[in-house]
Amino acid sequence: MTKRAAYVGAPVGREDAVDKVTGASRYTHDLAFPGMLHAAIGTSPHASARIVSVDTDEAERMPGVRVVLIGETLCYQLGLYMQDKCILARRVVRYQGEPVVAVAADTLRQAEDACRAVPITYEPMDGVFDPRVAMDYGAPLVHPDLHTYAHMDGVFFPKPHSNIAHHQKVRKGDFDAAWAAAAVTLKSAFYNPPVQHVPMETHATIAQAMPNKRVELWTSSQSPYTVRHLMSVAFGLPHASVRVHVPSVGGGFGGKAGLNLEPLAYVLSKAAGGRPVKVVATREQEFNTLPSRQGLHSTIGIGAAEDGRIVAFKATYVWDAGAYADYGVNIGRAAAYSGAGPYAIDNCWIDSYVVYTNKVFGTAYRGFGHLEVLWGVERAMDQMARKLGLDPVAFRRKNLLRPGTTTITGERVTEGHGSPEQCVDAAADAIEWGTTVQPTSPGRVRGKGIAALHKAPAMPTFTSCAAVIKLDEDGAADVLISGVDYGQGTYTVLRQIAADELGIPIEKVHVTWECDTAFSPYDWQTVASRFAYMGGNAVIEAAADCLRQIRNVAAQALSADVSEIECENETAFVRGEPVRSIAYADLALGYTYRNGNSIGGPVIGHGRFIATGLTHLDPNTGQGLPAQYWTYGAQAVEIEVDTGTGEIEIVRIATAIDAGKVLNPKLCVGQVVGGVLQGLGSALWEGFSFDSNGRLLNPSFVDYKIPTAKDVPTETKQILLENPQPGGPYGARGVAEHPMISVPSAIGNALYDALGIEFDTLPLTRERVLLALRAAGTGKHKR
Amino acid sequence: MTYAIRLTVNGHVETADVPASMTLLELLRERLHLTGTKEGCGIGECGACTVLLDGKPVTSCLVLAVEVDGCTVETIEGEASDGELSTLQQAFVDGGAIQCGFCTPGMIMSARALLRRNPDPSDKEIVEAIAGNLCRCTGYEAIVAAIRTAAERQRGTGGGSHD
Repeated sequence: MTKRAAYVGAPVGREDAVDKVTGASRYTHDLAFPGMLHAAIGTSPHASARIVSVDTDEAERMPGVRVVLIGETLCYQLGLYMQDKCILARRVVRYQGEPVVAVAADTLRQAEDACRAVPITYEPMDGVFDPRVAMDYGAPLVHPDLHTYAHMDGVFFPKPHSNIAHHQKVRKGDFDAAWAAAAVTLKSAFYNPPVQHVPMETHATIAQAMPNKRVELWTSSQSPYTVRHLMSVAFGLPHASVRVHVPSVGGGFGGKAGLNLEPLAYVLSKAAGGRPVKVVATREQEFNTLPSRQGLHSTIGIGAAEDGRIVAFKATYVWDAGAYADYGVNIGRAAAYSGAGPYAIDNCWIDSYVVYTNKVFGTAYRGFGHLEVLWGVERAMDQMARKLGLDPVAFRRKNLLRPGTTTITGERVTEGHGSPEQCVDAAADAIEWGTTVQPTSPGRVRGKGIAALHKAPAMPTFTSCAAVIKLDEDGAADVLISGVDYGQGTYTVLRQIAADELGIPIEKVHVTWECDTAFSPYDWQTVASRFAYMGGNAVIEAAADCLRQIRNVAAQALSADVSEIECENETAFVRGEPVRSIAYADLALGYTYRNGNSIGGPVIGHGRFIATGLTHLDPNTGQGLPAQYWTYGAQAVEIEVDTGTGEIEIVRIATAIDAGKVLNPKLCVGQVVGGVLQGLGSALWEGFSFDSNGRLLNPSFVDYKIPTAKDVPTETKQILLENPQPGGPYGARGVAEHPMISVPSAIGNALYDALGIEFDTLPLTRERVLLALRAAGTGKHKR
Repeated sequence: MTYAIRLTVNGHVETADVPASMTLLELLRERLHLTGTKEGCGIGECGACTVLLDGKPVTSCLVLAVEVDGCTVETIEGEASDGELSTLQQAFVDGGAIQCGFCTPGMIMSARALLRRNPDPSDKEIVEAIAGNLCRCTGYEAIVAAIRTAAERQRGTGGGSHD
């Protein structure tokens, strides 16, 4: 059957938009149940300390207080990749902000007051705050029991009796020989601080411990099934006993993946005799207690031949995992197999260490390590281009992956991978690369910069997803799926796909908005820009299953062969004889003949998708196939710097991404615009500051600035290329994370172009730029 | 100790006995069950809880309930009328100015206040009006465009349908 793409590729609006503009959308924040208690969390003021004593007596007697819990009674180890975390700190605290005590009371005020009334005596211990120091022999151990922790075997390699939660190696070719033979070599070091995701809805969970060891959860999560699985593992419950509802979610960006407040809400409810308990993170806890993006120290070496070809690449990535590395280990892994950028490099040596420190811990954040790694790689590429006397675009074009080359893990690049080269060219053209414009006034200087990017979904080799489509009495279709649309727009895209595949108007397709593991079929979790790809394929298969059922019944009812039945415009008909037809509405629940006899039954289609052909990476060489697909892109920026204030103005910024197929241009552009501004946050303003004792100094919007409406660049361009992805739904790839990845590196490169000063540390604040200008001596600018 | 207050919310007269420490945000969400107004930080830094108090935009987490005795409050729930979206809401829908939607109610209330005092705002004035409303998803461009569109449509039809 030929596909008519009436909706796929069209700028269809979001189905949830009306609910969201009227305030009718229900978020976990908004839910309440009869008898519901409110919980507050008391956190550690120390980054590293022994808990000497906790006295809950007074708090327990306070008005409205139902439950006071401390870690000592909660013997559970939690984690997705690495089970290193407790529900509440036990015996020791490992970061300032770590939950130590929790209270459930009739009102939130009562719970907060009671939390403050729990005297806790700590004995401060030596902490370790720099991951490079933490790697040293003799450094204080954040997890002395690391060697006993369960973790995903054969994928992660914690080093016993150290702070190293995972060491990912990539070895390709003969680095040492190639380095020795290189005509030009370069070594550079870079740093990214930890940052926060800042979803506008802070984490929130309501749990109810039900009779017979059942659990009901309503949670602000990206991962209904992963929450269910991890709850089941942690508490020894059958999977079916844990029911997870995910209402509308107010932003995630990775921070709501995995398990967060769910176990705490559950143990509180259990202790409260099964009353529902609501836990909502305060904004300060969102910064200081819930996970952030890991910091990264990078050391990069590049060796090139005279002609500009990169012949050797070496990198050491030291990730500041913070106190727990449940998710951090996988970021260290993903960023290693992508750790040389989208370039063809025959001799490569990468060590990526995920290292515990006594700081708030890291997790997935939009781009999953790639923004951090490429801040170093793409800055170093520009430095190498200069050493070689080559234009940065020309140097990149010489080295980009193209069909016939191999990635650093040995994957052969084909036409189906998409084109990094077209992305670099498109981004460069969009800012008129090679031309110069005079600054708007004296005391200001202009610069241009470019940076490439790539990312594949970082996910287990067995990641899968299912979709169910059920037809209604009127021939409409309900799509059930357990990926979560927390703003990115995937449900709309799935709606478009289902409408086209089924041949019905989009108004009659609905994606069921609240995920519920009791009804919606399995999906791993909504991360890694994989949902449109995997969910799209599952929906295509589910629609095909529906059509198969429709055709079978229609063929029988129309006395035709199944092969003669066509499905279009909500109708099944005999090919070439459109009058012999039956409306979907008359088939949706089964077909009834005039005499009352009936055949068929309710049409319910199911479809599924599982990652194919992925392998674990060789523990010693990192060789293997980690990527279901790659999405390539490039970002180019023109800036103007005020040399009196150090302020960087983004004059224009262009993003080119090879999307494979743009399923919905409106939503896709929305992802790029939003991602670029988030990337600008990482580039110019965002970063945690700690004092010398590991205390976070900026856990609020006053001290931690995220981009506001005033920070939008004057001109943004989105260029979406469509080199189709084999196996992608309609040829599509994931694009949601990518627009933020190379914003910092492109700006860093532009800043060098403007000022002739190297910046190795993010964010590029006015203060940092101004101090560097002063250190360099005013008037020594390139122009 | 509680205080009896009386206020008008979205055209309805409401009465409540509130403790001195209760915020307007808590009054709206927990007593009046108007959960369209969101709490993003609770300390007046993010704008998610913006409502109109006697026509002026305020962060309702920083206003005490006792202060609004005798006042008029408008929330997102009052923006549509008879099931019809306001021009502003429709422009947000049409312009794709929504992703996760958590900042949207506060954003629309700030925009509502702007369009009331200035039916023909420049982009700069629009940006200024929503500078205190944080959005982490959209990158603001579509929001600014939606407010501009709403202003144009309202002027084109001789004023908004609900304004």
